[in-house]
Amino acid sequence: MGYERQADFGTPEVLSDQQVTLTIDGREVTVPAGTSVMRAAGQCGGSIPSLCATDSVKAFGSCRMCLVEVEGMRGTPASCTTLVAPGMVVHTQTDRLARIRKSVMELYISDHPLDCLTCSANNDCELQDTAAEVGLRDVRYGYDGKNHMGQADDTSNPYFAFEADKCIVCSRCVRACDEVQGTLALAVNGRGFGSKIGAGQLEDTFLSSDCVSCGACVQACPTSALMEKSVKELGKPERAVITTCAYCGVGCTFRAEMKGEQLVRMVPWKDGKANRGHSCVKGRFAWGYANHQDRILNPMIRESVDLPWHEVSWEEALKYTADKLNAIKAQHGPRALGGITSSRCTNEETFLVQKLVRSGFGSNNVDTCARVCHSPTGYGLSKTFGTSAGTQDFDSVMEADVVLVIGANPTDGHPVFASRLKRRLRQGAKLIVIDPRRIDLVKSPHIKAAHHLALQPGTNVAVMTALAHVIVTEGLAAEAFIKERCDWDEYQDWARFVAEERHSPEMLEPVTRVPASELRAAARLFATGGNGAIYYGLGVTEHSQGSSTVMSIANLAMVTGNIGRRGVGVNPLRGQNNVQGSCDMGSFPHELPGYRHISNADVRAQFEADWGTRLDPEPGLRIPNMLDAALDGSFRALYVQGEDILQSDPNTHHVAAGLKAMELVIVHDLFLNETANYAHVFLPGSTFLEKDGTFTNAERRIQLVRKVMEPANGYADWEVTQELAKAMGLGWNYSHPSEIMDEIARLTPTFTGVSHARLEAEGSLQWPVNDANPDGSPIMHVSGFVRGKGKFIVTDYIPTDERTGPRYPLLLTTGRVLSQYNVGAQTRRTDNTAWHPEDLLEIHPLDAENRGIKDGDWIRLASRTGETTLRATVTDRVAPGVVYTTFHHPATQANVVTTDYSDWATNCPEYKVTAVQVLPSNGPSEWQETYASWSEKSRRVARVPAE
Amino acid sequence: MEIDRLTYMANQIARNLAPQGEEEAIELTFQHLRDFWDPRMKTAMLGGNRAGLDPIARVAVEKLAELA
Ligand code: SF4
Ligand code: SF4
Ligand code: SF4
Ligand code: FES
Repeated sequence: MGYERQADFGTPEVLSDQQVTLTIDGREVTVPAGTSVMRAAGQCGGSIPSLCATDSVKAFGSCRMCLVEVEGMRGTPASCTTLVAPGMVVHTQTDRLARIRKSVMELYISDHPLDCLTCSANNDCELQDTAAEVGLRDVRYGYDGKNHMGQADDTSNPYFAFEADKCIVCSRCVRACDEVQGTLALAVNGRGFGSKIGAGQLEDTFLSSDCVSCGACVQACPTSALMEKSVKELGKPERAVITTCAYCGVGCTFRAEMKGEQLVRMVPWKDGKANRGHSCVKGRFAWGYANHQDRILNPMIRESVDLPWHEVSWEEALKYTADKLNAIKAQHGPRALGGITSSRCTNEETFLVQKLVRSGFGSNNVDTCARVCHSPTGYGLSKTFGTSAGTQDFDSVMEADVVLVIGANPTDGHPVFASRLKRRLRQGAKLIVIDPRRIDLVKSPHIKAAHHLALQPGTNVAVMTALAHVIVTEGLAAEAFIKERCDWDEYQDWARFVAEERHSPEMLEPVTRVPASELRAAARLFATGGNGAIYYGLGVTEHSQGSSTVMSIANLAMVTGNIGRRGVGVNPLRGQNNVQGSCDMGSFPHELPGYRHISNADVRAQFEADWGTRLDPEPGLRIPNMLDAALDGSFRALYVQGEDILQSDPNTHHVAAGLKAMELVIVHDLFLNETANYAHVFLPGSTFLEKDGTFTNAERRIQLVRKVMEPANGYADWEVTQELAKAMGLGWNYSHPSEIMDEIARLTPTFTGVSHARLEAEGSLQWPVNDANPDGSPIMHVSGFVRGKGKFIVTDYIPTDERTGPRYPLLLTTGRVLSQYNVGAQTRRTDNTAWHPEDLLEIHPLDAENRGIKDGDWIRLASRTGETTLRATVTDRVAPGVVYTTFHHPATQANVVTTDYSDWATNCPEYKVTAVQVLPSNGPSEWQETYASWSEKSRRVARVPAE
Repeated sequence: MEIDRLTYMANQIARNLAPQGEEEAIELTFQHLRDFWDPRMKTAMLGGNRAGLDPIARVAVEKLAELA
């Protein structure tokens, strides 16, 4: 694709069953009722000059550039605000219109700097284009009148600048911030000629305001008033390639706009079905890590982790690694080897890593980072509904009437979905938030949760059971739905259980700390408020009862009949970009791709025939058990692709000890991450910009990732895995990831209809895509549950064994912020640190005062497992007795304090509940100091190559 | 594999399945160990001291022993 702006139809697309036919400039046009004349003209290939309209926001009608003549209508109406009508006859090009447009343009240009040639938007500017379109050649008023030149620029945002002189006050940016992003950070200050765009209060800059740097305003701006600094620096892009964001599970698609091999900017793609043209600060701007100086481009090896690294050639590194793997296998058996797949890598890459482990290493010791995030989702939803995935597409939220958000913080974790959700809430849908913390969604501009159930961390199951109690005992259950769709006997057992008096909100209040009346009101609202949709995140799964909570969520959806149509459903908000995909691709030790148990001889036989090898019928080890087994010597070699388990997994000391006990740790990554401190082989990884493949987002949507530049390290990750397999003696021979997808489709019933060619043609597909669902499945369980009858499963609240006491009286819960991603390996290497330079501990004013802690003080955070230091922020977002922090920075090592407790069914760690004490401190903990010096030592690279 | 850790895991599974009724819980706990535990975990559990196991987990482990 060459470089061209994406088409702009001026006003948003309208969906309507009714079609309207009209005539524009002599041509007959049929469009959905409610469409603007401007959009209708654009759709039939015409063009009406415009300045204040763009198709991401509602028409405003302020610039008067888009006037048209309509037969039978007086005057010259604005085509952006005039809707089509049957039989309407429109003229868009007449002498009269040309005159008016020219004089409007003249007024704009007389107050605009005429430095087009040196302007960063030159040749990519709507004002310039429109001036040309209306044929403006001269400005009668001269340029000396009262004007807006010489105003101060706002360059505070690290990624874009506001040049006030270039602003034509069209308010597209203000409306984009309101309507698309929903942050309402911008305003037109002043009136008439004095009108000026500003972020936040008068004294604010973009950076100090509420702006979240989503870029929607920049995208909406028709001039260079709001523009990416990268474009100012590098110039106009030359080509654009559509690809998919590699940060979070929303899966936004972007146009990667390139100049040669240089990425100039990422612009959200309007046709992307996950993001519909929107983005967040990470995908839009935080791609600088791709060429960061810390990136390692050459393979390295070392005999022992105490020695410095030696750079070697790829051949040598692969041979060294393969020989070691083969030797360990020969001496200790295949079950001494294992691998970890990455939820940041593509489906094809993940598939290859598990294939290497199963068919090359010969064991099922393969696991993935989903172990520490959404493994309970897979378990809970497959038991109740029969599939390990969310039930809806993102668009479905626009038809929800009551939205229940539990244990998720969408504005920070899944920002682009959050913008859509906020739009629905502004339209009047009701919101229930279940979270120990007052997340932003509870109260933000024009949004207020109907109920915020600020529960005690660790009591999710109790709250869910109490909600079910109210629904069942007050006769609000959707019995007709249940009789038709679920197992009625199982329902009755479950209903009897939840109806027991001990599960009433009143009886559970001392445990949950949620006022019973508030909980009852929330239950009634959810059961009777129309379409009820549940969205949840890691605040549900990362508990010792994570799987139970997922099942109780499924129960709640079934008892209220909220499954199997638009506007309802159970929606896990997935953390990493491809966590859905890595799970689908057989990354769990007990499952082959498509969630089929390894003990199933028929399924195994298919893979054995295709791969020409025997597979171990016994499940393999999960990550925590791999570490345990390393300590007793039965697990010796680990291949880790694109994950940093030392930083992301709980109880850092235990992870470090496990890794240290291994004979061979292979880290395949962009950077020398924390895990690499314990590695013997480092294989340089490639970024998502350097490879082809697919990611699957939280809506089960499979989307292409396209290579926009050559891998700086020489190979895409799938090629490295293939080379390692070959070096071990496997006869792999893939020439492109599309061939890997063909193999996936051949072996996975839910992917039968998926191929790169089809994705290329259709943009995206939501699995299952097979004979039963040839076009994919935006909504699941429409005519029945995948498992047959929906299964109600009794879940009882069992308190975690992690208890507060006199020594550790507070409960720590963890989370993330918008600008940082996971362990921060990528985002910390970008200017996103402007928003989150360090991890902070949120503590309630009462708890802070009791301990003599003030805002900004250094504190010591200690648990039974370990301690660390960080600074405090005193806030009533958290309840008394609860503290909160993020885990984006290795210096903090929040996981030094988290424990080994984990979900009973999946061993997903209990990150969300740790008993801690917080005390004033004046410096780093002993572990932090020792670790810092060890980590520095372990990252040394010897100057001379190895012999 | 440390028997204490495996015992803790087996008990935790049994405790969470207990609300489904004793007989069902035993069967589900047994299935869980069979389907999700790596062979060395099973061997360690079967060959180790079972004194710390709760009643449901103990019967489930006995069922697992019959398989071996
Ligand atoms: S970047 Fe996003 S949040 Fe910030 S002002 Fe622009 S639209 Fe609003
Ligand atoms: S900054 Fe751009 S979008 Fe905003 S009012 Fe000015 S010209 Fe319009
Ligand atoms: S991080 Fe998530 S929300 Fe942000 S642009 Fe990427 S996919 Fe979209
Ligand atoms: S584009 Fe219609 S009035 Fe500005």
